[in-house]
Amino acid sequence: MTTMTFGKAITAGLRRAMENDPKVLIMGEDVGKLGGVFRITDGLQKDFGADRVVDTPLAESGIMGTAVGLAFRGYRPVVEIQFDGFIYPAFDQIVSQVAKMHYRTRGAVKLPLTIRVPFGGGIGSPEHHSESPEAYFTHTSGLRVISVSNPQDAYTMIQQAIASDDPVLYFEPKRRYHVKGEVEEAAEAQLPMGAARVVTPGSDVTLVAYGPLVPTARDAAVAASDEGVSVEVIDLRSLAPVDFATVEASVRKTGRLVITHEAAQFGGLGAEIAASITERCFDYLEHAPVRVTGFDIPYPPARLESHHLPDLDRILDGVDCVLRRPSSLAPAPGRTVSAVG
Amino acid sequence: MHTPVRHPENSGSSPTDPYVQLITPEGVRVPDPLYDRWVKDVDGARLRELFLDMAVIRRIDTEATALQRQGELGLWPPLLGQEAAQIGSGRSLRSSDFAFTSYRENGVAYCRGVGMEDLMRVWRGNAAAGWDPYSVNMAPTQVIIGAQALHAAGYAMGISYDGSDDAAISYFGDGATSQGDVNEAMVFAASYQAPVVFFCTNNQWAISEPVTLQAQVPIANRAPGFGIPSIRVDGNDVLAVMAATREALDRARTGNGPTFVEAVTYRMGPHTTADDPTRYRDAAELEQWRGKDPLARVQALLETMGLFDAAFAADVDARTDAAAAELRAACLGMPDPQPADVFAHVYAEPHSWLDRQQEQYSRYLSGFAGEATRS
Ligand SMILES: Cc1ncc(C[n+]2csc(CCOP(=O)(O)OP(=O)(O)O)c2C)c(N)n1
Repeated sequence: MTTMTFGKAITAGLRRAMENDPKVLIMGEDVGKLGGVFRITDGLQKDFGADRVVDTPLAESGIMGTAVGLAFRGYRPVVEIQFDGFIYPAFDQIVSQVAKMHYRTRGAVKLPLTIRVPFGGGIGSPEHHSESPEAYFTHTSGLRVISVSNPQDAYTMIQQAIASDDPVLYFEPKRRYHVKGEVEEAAEAQLPMGAARVVTPGSDVTLVAYGPLVPTARDAAVAASDEGVSVEVIDLRSLAPVDFATVEASVRKTGRLVITHEAAQFGGLGAEIAASITERCFDYLEHAPVRVTGFDIPYPPARLESHHLPDLDRILDGVDCVLRRPSSLAPAPGRTVSAVG
Repeated sequence: MHTPVRHPENSGSSPTDPYVQLITPEGVRVPDPLYDRWVKDVDGARLRELFLDMAVIRRIDTEATALQRQGELGLWPPLLGQEAAQIGSGRSLRSSDFAFTSYRENGVAYCRGVGMEDLMRVWRGNAAAGWDPYSVNMAPTQVIIGAQALHAAGYAMGISYDGSDDAAISYFGDGATSQGDVNEAMVFAASYQAPVVFFCTNNQWAISEPVTLQAQVPIANRAPGFGIPSIRVDGNDVLAVMAATREALDRARTGNGPTFVEAVTYRMGPHTTADDPTRYRDAAELEQWRGKDPLARVQALLETMGLFDAAFAADVDARTDAAAAELRAACLGMPDPQPADVFAHVYAEPHSWLDRQQEQYSRYLSGFAGEATRS
């Protein structure tokens, strides 16, 4: 076991993947000498050379499109998108090309492409530096989407993503890069890439989170237990496909579901999980599933982000709601439902 | 056998490729048969004003960097070394022209008349845009690399549909020239002969990436391939930048379409206050560029002309100190945004989902009234 930060765990995972397979190469803006703006590729160009850790021109569509070509040629490119908000210039290549090549060629062309995206807020950045764009990609068939929440998963799941013959978007919660944890480098992965994990067991409420909000959800569970409420926290880990079986098993036990994410609510992952779990567990539910999410707004300026991001209190407010306790999410007394609300 | 890949460091444009220069780094005014005519009106008094402008934005830049270090700004992108490029071009515009810039053109914003508080707003993290674009005819600063080049081309198409002789100008860096948006902007501008100036500030670096990774030839050479005439200019020479920009604007105003200006300069500081340039660039390179300082050469020229006397120097000091004090006061005096601002202006018209979220959130906040938070 080694103690390392989240960020260093990704670096170690990348290094191991590159050592194991000479076809793995890294591409992106500033990934070489600088080691990336978050230093995740630090030292890799020095050790593997500029042909395997490739500083690219400043062009996201170009990066993604050439990675497609490299994959055609048998490479396994790992692409770094510098910040979440800069993935959109590459969006067309990802959804029109990367996602569909295997399907279009009836499996003849594989696209084992890993797209690393530092995502989410909480670091006081300027605009376009704190986005949570995961739902755009989970909506696109042909892509696998994962998000890691702790150093051990960061280390193993980057290797699983690179080893996968499908394109994988790997969302890194940037505000957790400096969090330390134990990493077992020798061990084989405990869980397959697509599996969710029960982080803390509980019996009253199921609380589903992923990426940056997993630690917050865990804190909320501790706070709730002080009030005598037992919360089971599930780290989704894989956003596409979602491991519904694990969530379903939990909800059958607790009868209550709260889902939290930083991304906007409408059309988000929370909506999909709420609907799917309702379909699967309707008879077990004591209350409609509740979402505690970012608002349906563009990511706000730094001095407002604490209002937008779900925190421990807002998550507990959601927990109160499914327990039918007073909560701001329950309809206001005397509130009439508007026709379009 | 493995043949080594050719890496872009080995080739590309170089700062020694020819460019228009009217004032040498030593401060000598050199005649230029093509470009002198564009700055005939710049006499000693005007040159002093340009110096003062450069000194003021350098001081604003230093003060903002200090404010960031003191935790008052979230981030700041220094413009140190790029004063001549920003002032020479910014002072060539007339107020009815419209500028579309990146995050680094705070000196251009100053030229447009953006106030200190508005200049600080975005970097303090209070707002996504600092000013009303129509009050100064300048779009909000752009973070998405190159996007603003298309906006300028489109705005310029509108100018020509209106039959006006205004112009649009778009600023972007050398790195931005790799983006599809900048290349597509040139296609549109050329197709519609739009009255737009593409002003590329080639400061040699896109964060850690040298310009040679973006271009194998001088960047100005790219535009003619789109059918757009280009000028390569010494970006540390305020007079040359002014001449080139004025020529480009004149072409736009007289119905002769877009022009591409490459201002060859150097980013003397870090990319932003979050960057550490010692990881990727050579101290010797920095030193070499220190000798081309845009302010020092105008000062030397003014001294030769007998126009940089103690009184002027004192005036410059007083004006720059005043600007710094004004900037600091504006920054520290800015009120924090209110929670309701989170929901403001997402849509121009009422929106039922958002109304509901806002109502829930204000109910949530009122639950804390008079109590310490639960955590
Ligand atoms: C689409 C996009 N990709 C990446 C970034 C991150 N980024 C911010 S500035 C920068 C370098 C820009 O270099 P250049 O265009 O030369 O302008 P300069 O900063 O030197 O003025 C990068 C990569 C971004 N803002 N937008």
